[in-house]
Amino acid sequence: MSNEAQYIVNGLMGRQFMLPDLLNEVPIGIAVLDIEGRIKLVNRAWQTLTGVAPNSMQGLKCYLGLRCDYCFKGCPVMADKADFQTISVDADIIDRTRTKVPIRLNISPIVNSDNVISGYVETIQDIRQVAELSSSASKAYSLGGLIGTSPEMVKIFSMVPSIAGTDSSVLITGETGTGKDVLAEAIHNASDRAGAPFIKVNCGALPETLLESELFGHVKGAFTGANEDRPGRIKLAHNGSFFLTEIGDLPLPLQVKLLSFLDDKVIHPLGSSRGFNADVRVIVATHRDLKKMVQEKTFRADLLFRLNVVHLHLPPLRERGDDILLLKNHFLMEYCNKFNKKIKGFSQKAAKILSAYRYPGNVRELSNIVEYAVNFCDRDIIGSSHLPAYLTEQDILRPVTESAHPTQERTAPLEYSSARNWDDAEKQMIMDTLLKCGGRKGEAAKILGWSRSTLWRKMKKHSITG
Amino acid sequence: MSHKIMIPLFNDEVAPRFDLATDVLLAKFKPDGEISERIIVLPQSSADDLCALATSDNTDTVICGGIDDEHYQYLKWKGIEVLDDVIGPVKAVIQTYREGKLACGDNFYTS
Repeated sequence: MSNEAQYIVNGLMGRQFMLPDLLNEVPIGIAVLDIEGRIKLVNRAWQTLTGVAPNSMQGLKCYLGLRCDYCFKGCPVMADKADFQTISVDADIIDRTRTKVPIRLNISPIVNSDNVISGYVETIQDIRQVAELSSSASKAYSLGGLIGTSPEMVKIFSMVPSIAGTDSSVLITGETGTGKDVLAEAIHNASDRAGAPFIKVNCGALPETLLESELFGHVKGAFTGANEDRPGRIKLAHNGSFFLTEIGDLPLPLQVKLLSFLDDKVIHPLGSSRGFNADVRVIVATHRDLKKMVQEKTFRADLLFRLNVVHLHLPPLRERGDDILLLKNHFLMEYCNKFNKKIKGFSQKAAKILSAYRYPGNVRELSNIVEYAVNFCDRDIIGSSHLPAYLTEQDILRPVTESAHPTQERTAPLEYSSARNWDDAEKQMIMDTLLKCGGRKGEAAKILGWSRSTLWRKMKKHSITG
Repeated sequence: MSHKIMIPLFNDEVAPRFDLATDVLLAKFKPDGEISERIIVLPQSSADDLCALATSDNTDTVICGGIDDEHYQYLKWKGIEVLDDVIGPVKAVIQTYREGKLACGDNFYTS
């Protein structure tokens, strides 16, 4: 160090020590830059990662020492930007052994007590292992936690890297259990924002008043019980991705506020007149038909247009062909490892039941079924008796066993159509039974396994007269 | 016999990254001591394009900052001398090169 006196830290410990000695013990690369972006101090990890000789970089512009691609792609220190928030990006450097090293780069301004930027601190982490892992994980039939070989899924896998490279809003639709959350996280992880937070909020989980405070934050005294300032989830996602799941359940007044945020990217916490400029990528998901909701005036059309920049639709599992087989085996392996069991596979009958089922709960339901079966299986093959009772008790095997055509195997009876809810199915069941019994309620109740009063009550509920 | 050098540029300095430079200086030293220089602006940064330019221009020496091993070895294989890890202003770098004193890893700001 050229002037060691300036690095002495007093008062923090019992005795004084040198700041470089402290920084050298930190296992991530740290560089302290002055206001002009010149290197004042680097720690040992920074020297190791870049390969520079100790102290050879002092006083040099950061880009000459670090040689990072981000230096030339909008680094605010290089651009002399007076005011910016912490930045976290995946980048690469070329070290002194001529190796291109992928790094995670963080740059934060050092703000003094007078709120003036007095310099910058830069941290770098070697992410070679992460990069290798993610490249081996990104096979043609998997992305993040999503698995599939069906053309629809492969199309989505191929779209994700290019979508991740931008900051456009993404709308993910699909039935419940199709993997909307997993896809949102995969997009975040594949983007430059991967090192920054991925914040998820379920719009349907909280009442409107709480949700507003949860999303946008509040200041002390904004309402009764607001005893302290609280940053909203959007602010917490600064520099990262903000995932709003079940956007269809977002109340109309909050839709307006969200729209305003999407317009100017400024959030105004409840009770505060000062806005915060949040740099977040917005990803939303829903299982609802937003276009229909717009027609019914329960969802704002302008918000839909704003969100619907990139639209990804996850197909239901029943339309994904052989993915059921792939996923079934994937979950079997996963749960066998988790529960330390040695199960080779499924019996022919169990496999038939699984491939014939319509999976209204999609991949999540298949995962639960396999988890159940692995739990209850005491042999090396999962048989039909190990599957949940609702799969074997219902008549889902009929189209399999009675059909000679494999293509018809997945044609389940009408009552399992996921397009309809349980109420519709129940109504249909009552009507079918009544028809079968020629309208005799006593007999119908007997077949259905209900008392006459239960049948009467349910008929009344479904407005069945007769 | 004339001698040709190529220096990827970042403003008036040697570009810290070979693969990210869009401006490149091609200099020709004639036996009589005369130097002819021209700066080429590439449509986008590309290490492959710079290597192609160096070979097509019959460059003898490439002076650059950081260069990845693949392109370094390629240039060496093509018989081009590569002086990398050079930090400094182009004028001073060229002057030192002409004096035959430029070496890999030279830093003109600290020496």
